[in-house]
Amino acid sequence: MADTVAFTVNGKAVEVTADPGLPLLSALREDLGLKSTRFGCGSEGCGACTVIVDGTARFSCTLPLADVAGQEVRTAEGLAGPDGDHPLLTAFLDHQAGQCGYCLPGILMRARALLDRGEPVDRARVAQELDGNLCRCGAHARILDAIMDAAREMGVAT
Amino acid sequence: MSAKLPPGLETAPLVSDWVRPDGDGFAVRTGRAELGQGVQAAMLRIAAWELGLPVERLTITGPDTGASPNEGVTAGSLSMTQGGAALRAATSAARVLCLAEAGRQLNTEAGRLAVIDGAVLEAGVDTGLTLPVLATRVDLDVPVVDHAAPLGQPLDADDTSRHDLRARLTGAPFVHDLSPEGLLHGRVFAPPSMAARLPDALDLAPLEARPGVVAAVRDGNFLGLVAETSAAADSAAAWFEARLEWEGLPIVPSDPHSLLEASTAEMEQLEVPEAGLPSSEPVIDITCRRPFLSHAPMGPSAAMAQWGDDGLTVWSHSQGVYPLRDAMARVLDLPQDAIRVIHTPGPGCYGHNGADDVALDAALLARAVPGHPVRLVWSRATEFRTAPLGAAMATRVRLWMEDGHLSAARVSVTSPPHSTRPGTAGHVYLRAGAMIEGGTPFPPAPDLPANRGNGAARNARPIYAAPALVERKLVDDLPWRTSALRALGGQLNVFAIETGVEAALMAEGLDPFDGRLASLEDTRARTVLEKLREIGADIIGTEEPDRSWGIGLARYKNVAAWAGVLAEIELGDDIRVTRVRAAVDTGEVIHPDGARNQIEGGIIQALSWTLKEAVPLDGARVAAESWEDYPILRFSEVPQIETALIHRPEDPPYGCAEAVAGPASAAVGNAVQRMIGVPIRDLPITRERIIAAVSEA
Repeated sequence: MADTVAFTVNGKAVEVTADPGLPLLSALREDLGLKSTRFGCGSEGCGACTVIVDGTARFSCTLPLADVAGQEVRTAEGLAGPDGDHPLLTAFLDHQAGQCGYCLPGILMRARALLDRGEPVDRARVAQELDGNLCRCGAHARILDAIMDAAREMGVAT
Repeated sequence: MSAKLPPGLETAPLVSDWVRPDGDGFAVRTGRAELGQGVQAAMLRIAAWELGLPVERLTITGPDTGASPNEGVTAGSLSMTQGGAALRAATSAARVLCLAEAGRQLNTEAGRLAVIDGAVLEAGVDTGLTLPVLATRVDLDVPVVDHAAPLGQPLDADDTSRHDLRARLTGAPFVHDLSPEGLLHGRVFAPPSMAARLPDALDLAPLEARPGVVAAVRDGNFLGLVAETSAAADSAAAWFEARLEWEGLPIVPSDPHSLLEASTAEMEQLEVPEAGLPSSEPVIDITCRRPFLSHAPMGPSAAMAQWGDDGLTVWSHSQGVYPLRDAMARVLDLPQDAIRVIHTPGPGCYGHNGADDVALDAALLARAVPGHPVRLVWSRATEFRTAPLGAAMATRVRLWMEDGHLSAARVSVTSPPHSTRPGTAGHVYLRAGAMIEGGTPFPPAPDLPANRGNGAARNARPIYAAPALVERKLVDDLPWRTSALRALGGQLNVFAIETGVEAALMAEGLDPFDGRLASLEDTRARTVLEKLREIGADIIGTEEPDRSWGIGLARYKNVAAWAGVLAEIELGDDIRVTRVRAAVDTGEVIHPDGARNQIEGGIIQALSWTLKEAVPLDGARVAAESWEDYPILRFSEVPQIETALIHRPEDPPYGCAEAVAGPASAAVGNAVQRMIGVPIRDLPITRERIIAAVSEA
């Protein structure tokens, strides 16, 4: 049963006509061509598919499309805006924080949701927040360094 | 040029095979695959140094059987040693040829000419000539070896970041992301074991009738589907999977170590000391074991394949596009030049993962829908179940001591094979190749030979100056498929040797550093240990009852990079690694930040193996389906890491991605051993095992 679901992605209004039970991940990648959000496991086990929905980090691999109707979705594509890069993207590039990079868009979204809350964070708090996101190449230390840099830039580092 | 050519120059001997002028810069090619390790950034630095140009004026393309040099597989931490040397020679030859042409045009000696920012200078004055323009007037179809004269690294070489990282952060660079016109989506049904069979009378009509399914593909015991959309493919695959029963699963115990021990395969002596071993009993006799390990990449293995009038094109994250092409040609009974394999990035690669197998799977599915590209992404469960495993092993170490130094060693390795890649020992070794009707054989695999650094016996020769007997029992008839995982046998062998050495030093009350130095003649290993002691000074001496540190040392493959690692641990509700120091001598360092990144990653992955990882088995079946079944190290468990690189610009680069695996594991084990007084023999090291070791002591 196809339905048309309207929501915004990175500030832009979109519509997807599909089975409302379709995972948001599939709609983003296959219907909207927004492929920075990645399939890792399909069962909320790795975080590669993490996006922000109305300010909260969510696993898009299990989130039904219908659940984001009228909501605001953010993906890693939105970090490289026309007005320049988001502090998180700048910091990840500065620190060369990654190897294969498959996990990074999900980590960026988890980190952004945390920093956007505006509560002061330290490195341990960021690491704890990222425990649902896996990295296999072992770039963790650089990733944490980069996020703390961005947190300082955004004025939310303790 | 040295007498022995880098392998790439044997298959791609001409300058034009590697470098061609391109606008105001050059286009360079490498047969080494960008696997997330940053190899292309390092290659670009080498080319930029030799061509006297900024990196920004170069483009680079990776492995492609239609275009790139054939450099075999990107493996063994050899990309800089071999591939870097080849590209360095080729780009230097291009510079030499261009300057000779400039000399002719300017009627001057080439020796008076220099290149800065691509411009040719004579005695410091701009001549108006540029290297890229000169290159268009020079015959580059000439042998590299006739002209190469590498400059090497300039002293002021600054750091270069990876040009490909931005797309990995916010874009779609992966084979998983390809979406050409006409794309269809594949799924395969993974057998629980390579020996499992499909029922003869399997009715595929219900599968073909599922919404969106274009074709159900069965060939022997290979089964898959092609669908119009990714969602339709998932839905049909899940529906049929629930109805599918495999037959003929071998009955075996779920404990591989009982099979390794029971195997009657011969313990073969690889290295025997001339004077034999002491007749006395060894002071240490310890057997260490590790379970099967999973590559567990963040994205499941994937490929895209398309059959056209000219043959087959495959987009793959394989480590070796040429060996994969040749193996697929044998399975599909095609001439090699009817297949083109184009390397396309995939998730991090730590050895021989599922990339080759999924490429053949995609080709078999795409054959049912000629003209259509078919993208196949394995499910997470298929990835865990069917990708080759890192070998479960047991290594027995016997040590003799005399006057406070190591006087003899015997290292006995029991292991399944560590390489079943396409092309290993001339075999195909593609999973589906063995499953299809009349398929290619998948024979028991040999171990890698000594000139490839050994497989099971990698690093079984201790680094210390003592006679050593090295022997290996290769068990090649287990039902689980094993292949190369980062460091191969080197991780467990170094863990076992260094655990034994620590036990011997502790028994004599010797310091971990001084005790090792007393048995160490290798001067670069000594320097690494001294450096490690220096950068670990803030940890050494801060022990508490629940906090300890240990070290591990090795020279990778006994011929490559030296690495010493110090790990600090805390034992509370669980065992945690809190701080790590690493000292690494990898010869010439081409890309310092890239090398550090690889070393940090190698340490963290080794800590994950050491503390957490074990592939669960249910008989012949891999019982892991999700990350819950195969936990790896998480962000809050990662230690603070500090790395010291000992740069040796006068030496060849040795590669570093694998060198720290054994020492890092050993450092953790030895930290535990120094805390509780007895060694931990079995990986992973868990709190339960620590408690058990204490209570047995």
